Formats: sequence, structure tokens, C-alpha cells
Amino acid sequence: MTWWETLRSGFDAIVGHRLRSGLTVLGILIGIAAVILTVGLGEGATAQVNSAITSLGTNLLIVSPGSTSTGLVRGGFGSASTLTYANAQALGNKRDCPDVKAVAPQVQTAANLVAGSTNWTTQVIGSTTNWLQVRGRSMALGSFFTATDVKTDANVVVLGSTTAQELGLFNPVGQTIDIGSVPFTVTGVLNTAGSSSSSTNEDDMAVVPVTTAQEDLTGTPTVDNIYLEATSGSTMGAAYTEATDELLALHDITDPANADFTITSQTSLVQTASSVNSALTFLLAGIAAISLLVGGIGVMNIMLVSVTERVREIGLRKALGATPAMVRRQFLVEASALGLTGGIAGAALGIAAAAIVPHFISNQIDISVPAALGSVAVAMVIGVVFGVYPASRAARLAPIEALRSE
Amino acid sequence: MPAGGTLIAGGRRQQALVSFDNIWKTYPTGAEPVHALRGVSVAVMPGEYISIVGPSGSGKSTFMHILGCLDTPTSGRYLLAGTDVSRMDEVNLAEVRNRRIGFVFQQFHLLPRLSAWRNVELPLIYAGVPRHERKARALAALEQVGLSNRLEHRPNQLSGGQQQRVAVARALVTEPDLLLADEPTGNLDSRSSADVLAMLDGLHRAGRTIVLITHENDVAQAAERVMRFRDGRFIDDGEVAA
Repeated sequence: MTWWETLRSGFDAIVGHRLRSGLTVLGILIGIAAVILTVGLGEGATAQVNSAITSLGTNLLIVSPGSTSTGLVRGGFGSASTLTYANAQALGNKRDCPDVKAVAPQVQTAANLVAGSTNWTTQVIGSTTNWLQVRGRSMALGSFFTATDVKTDANVVVLGSTTAQELGLFNPVGQTIDIGSVPFTVTGVLNTAGSSSSSTNEDDMAVVPVTTAQEDLTGTPTVDNIYLEATSGSTMGAAYTEATDELLALHDITDPANADFTITSQTSLVQTASSVNSALTFLLAGIAAISLLVGGIGVMNIMLVSVTERVREIGLRKALGATPAMVRRQFLVEASALGLTGGIAGAALGIAAAAIVPHFISNQIDISVPAALGSVAVAMVIGVVFGVYPASRAARLAPIEALRSE
Repeated sequence: MPAGGTLIAGGRRQQALVSFDNIWKTYPTGAEPVHALRGVSVAVMPGEYISIVGPSGSGKSTFMHILGCLDTPTSGRYLLAGTDVSRMDEVNLAEVRNRRIGFVFQQFHLLPRLSAWRNVELPLIYAGVPRHERKARALAALEQVGLSNRLEHRPNQLSGGQQQRVAVARALVTEPDLLLADEPTGNLDSRSSADVLAMLDGLHRAGRTIVLITHENDVAQAAERVMRFRDGRFIDDGEVAA
């Protein structure tokens, strides 16, 4: 008996019991579609976070204020306000930090912007001229503020494209808007960030000189973060060490364990985000795998029913010369065909859902081809594994017992 | 009956197709073992048409199962075409059934989802016959039983008599040494029964070896030699043709 014959008889048997085979296939189908979707969702989330993090700029190190210690009470990260514009300027010193290419301090606050009769609340960022380079942005209209503007606390502002739109400013360069009732002159509009990130809108912001922000908006001499761009990807380690040493010296701290700041790199951010995501993905995929297992048990159940129901057929086939191995193979092929059909249908459903679902939820779903192919293979393996027991039951049937049964 | 399996027939020595030598079959049920066959010895020569008659429970079904290599004896020796099949394993028995024996059953045992010719083709699939040859041989066998115009019909589209003829064609398609018919008329009306018996008669005249098992005396008379079975052994081996 050739494989082709075995395959044909397997598919004949499946087509012969449409409803039953259909329900069995459905069990596998749901499992496979769930696995593909959850894995796709996990991959999509990881890709979203990664692109959000890379959209901050390239070769980036971010200095954040560390914890404060008042006696034995230790505050959380960011509770200290230890970073200043002066620190940022020191980090930009080529002699002490040769591997730091550019430095941009950042002050952040929310403020209400008013243009004529339109108002819009958004984040206002105070920084220096390096901000554009460090954050990997460019100008769409006009120009960024200048070093002179920073020195002189000039009331100038650069708007994000969304912000300009919301304020109804179609030709904003040179116009005056109020930020927290202080008048500012618009010098330019940023290009869109091109990031699909939905958590922080990189196009809805206003950028002003750091000195102006400290004076007019926050009223404190500290900055929230200092962004450092290393000279290249390979010098990020060196830049990290130089920046740490410089800041420890500036803050008069001798023991690095007591540092009142932390420096994180994009890589470490990506790693943290990825590990959180993969834990979630594992959990979801685990649940999906359980539904796949249930589908497999369904295959076994239906194959056992099939063997019981076809005892006479098995007896007849044996009387006509089928060996136990041939009978076993026939039932194994049937079980794996059920699995394979469910796998292919499940992959199709999963891929279709991945194309449709993102229109209704904010998450992106990335279907990976190897994962889809792998899950189809897994479905077939499930068919085989759960078909082994029913198939060997069929193979063991004595022909006379089988023929005798009515 | 000499147990060795050779007879002088027509002046020449001829090897028996079937030779049973003191065959016992015992089932270990309950406290007392049941002896279904109690030392059966019999020889069937090639070309013979034998009927075996006996009431139900006489052991004739057990005899048929061992004769058809569907079961093995507890003791004794069974030579089929000179080969000892009494101690063969399941795999070899399957091959012997496939090559040497054609079965016709009371319940026809056709696969309901396959057309007539696909049913007839089945034993050839297990024999490993190539595809194009299988179809030709299946069609030839169906022509032999007069069903050339029913090739694509499924069993439920055929009458009982036609179904049994498909079963006969399936038994013949491998050109077996022995045609084993177990109550072939048991599920048929008298006209279809006569039909099937006439067909067996024709096959016998064409040289087939046939063993017909029945509990009906008039059906048994169709054979040239009638053997009576009772309590696990032959009580009349019908040496003289009826």
C-alpha cells in the first residue's frame, strides 16, 4: 500500500464524516489561530516599543536624576532634582568627555498655548540647540532657535506639526503665541517624527530655550533629563563612563554607589521593554497552547470514536490482507490530516485576523512567517501524537472479532 | 483421510491445497476450557467444491476462521499449498490471506463510501499492485460477475444480490487459490441466492477451489462434496460426491 493510497483513504474518511471532522478541525483551528495571534500581538508590541525608543534618537544615553536620601528615608528614582543646565554644559566639554558628541538638557512641563482665539494644552520642552540633532529631528518650516536665544532667554518657540495644526496656524513662522500668558515668537515647525508610537505623540509639543523654560515656566534651576549622543554606537560604553565620572565629580560624590543620578542607554530601555513584553507573550502563548492541547484531545477523542465505529471496516481490510502496520498508518494519516487541515485553516484565520483586528485596537500585530509555518507543523504533529493511541488500537484488533461485530 | 496431504487422483499424485492435521482450537473461558475444534483432519484438493454444513455452535465458524487464516489453531498443523500457516505471525498471515484466499461473507462487508470497482480494487492495493493494473483487473473481475454496468455504483445503490456479486468479484480479483464463502446466501432472497450459487457453480467449473459454509442443507447440495460438522469435528466427510 503506497503512501498515496493511504493519504487518499485518509482524506476520504475525513470527507465522509464532514460534521464530525469539521468540529474536530475547529478545535485545532482555534488553537492555532490563537497561538498565531498572541505571538503576533507580542511581536507587534515589542516592535512598537522598540520603534518608540529608537525614535528618541540614535546612540543615545539618558541621564535622569537619582533617588534622594533624607536620613534613612530613600526616595524613588527621579525624586532628586540634582541635574542642572550647568551639568549639561560640563558634559559637553570635549576635554573631559571626548566620546560625547552632543548634549541636550531637557526641561519638561505641560502648558496652555494660545494663538488668537484658539488654545491647546501640550508638553513644552526646554532645551538647547543640540536638541534637534540629539533627538534626530529636522525642521519643516522656519528654523530652530539659536545659541544666542538660549543665552538671552529669548521668548522663541518651535512647534510640533500637530500642535501648529491644533492651534490653527498654517503659516506660523513669525507669529506670536502665548505660553502660560507669556508671549513667544514662533521661529519654526518640526518635521513629523515618523514614529507609529501612540503612547507619546512626538509631533505634539513646543520646544523653547532651556533658560526661558526655567525662568518663565518651571521656575527652578534644574533640568529633568540630560540627553547625550555618543560619537558612535561603539563608543557608548566610553561615553557612559566619562559622563558618570564627570557628574560624580561635579556632585562631589566619591562612592559611585551613592550616585544621585542614573544613566540609561536605549539598549537597556529596549531590553527592559522586551523582557516585559516577552513575559506577557509567553503567558498568552501558554494559554493558546493549552487550547491547542484541548484541540489535540479532541482529535484523539474523534479518532477513538472512528476506530470503534469502523471496527467492521478494519476487520474487512485485515481479512483482505492489510497488515497491522498498514491499518495503523491509515489511522495515523487520518489523524494528522485532521491536524494539518486545522493548522492550515487556523493559520489562515490567524493571518486574516491579524490584518483586521489592528483596525479596531491600537495594538499592532506582526505575523512572523516562521511562527505561522511552525504552528501548522505543530498542528500536524498534534494530530500524529494524539492519533497514535487510537491507531494502535485499530491495528491490534483481531480480524475475526472485528468482522463479527455488528 | 491421509494426513500428509497427498492423494492419488486421476492416476497421478497431487498435492492437497488445504491439509488439516489434527487441528484443535480451545478457548480458555471460565473454569472449563471450551474446545471449539476437536482434532479436525481434512484435505481439500485443488479444483474441489466442498460445502460444510452444521448447526450454529458446531464449530464450523471457528473452522472457517482457521481455514481462512483469520485465526490460528491451538494445536495441530495446517498446510496451505504446502506451506505451514498454523504458527505464522499476524503480518505473514495477512499476506497469505491477501495472496491465497478470497472471502465472501454473509453481510457482504463492502465499504459503503467506495464505488463497486473501488471495493473490488481493495485487496490489490494491499498486494501492492500498481494503479493502472488494479483498475483493469477490478473491471475484469466485475465483468466476470456480470456487473460491468454498475462500476461506479455505491453499495447502497445496488440490490443485495448485486452487492454479493461485487463481493465475489473482490474475492476473485487476486486470483486466489481458495474461495471461502461463509453463508453467502444468508442475507439474500431465494432468487438472488440461486443466482449466487449458480455463479459459484460456474466458478467451480472454471477450475476454482471453493469451500462453502452454510447451515442450510439445500444450499450445501450445490457443492460436489458435502461435509457435516458437529461438536467440533466432521461426522461425515462426504467422500462421495452428492
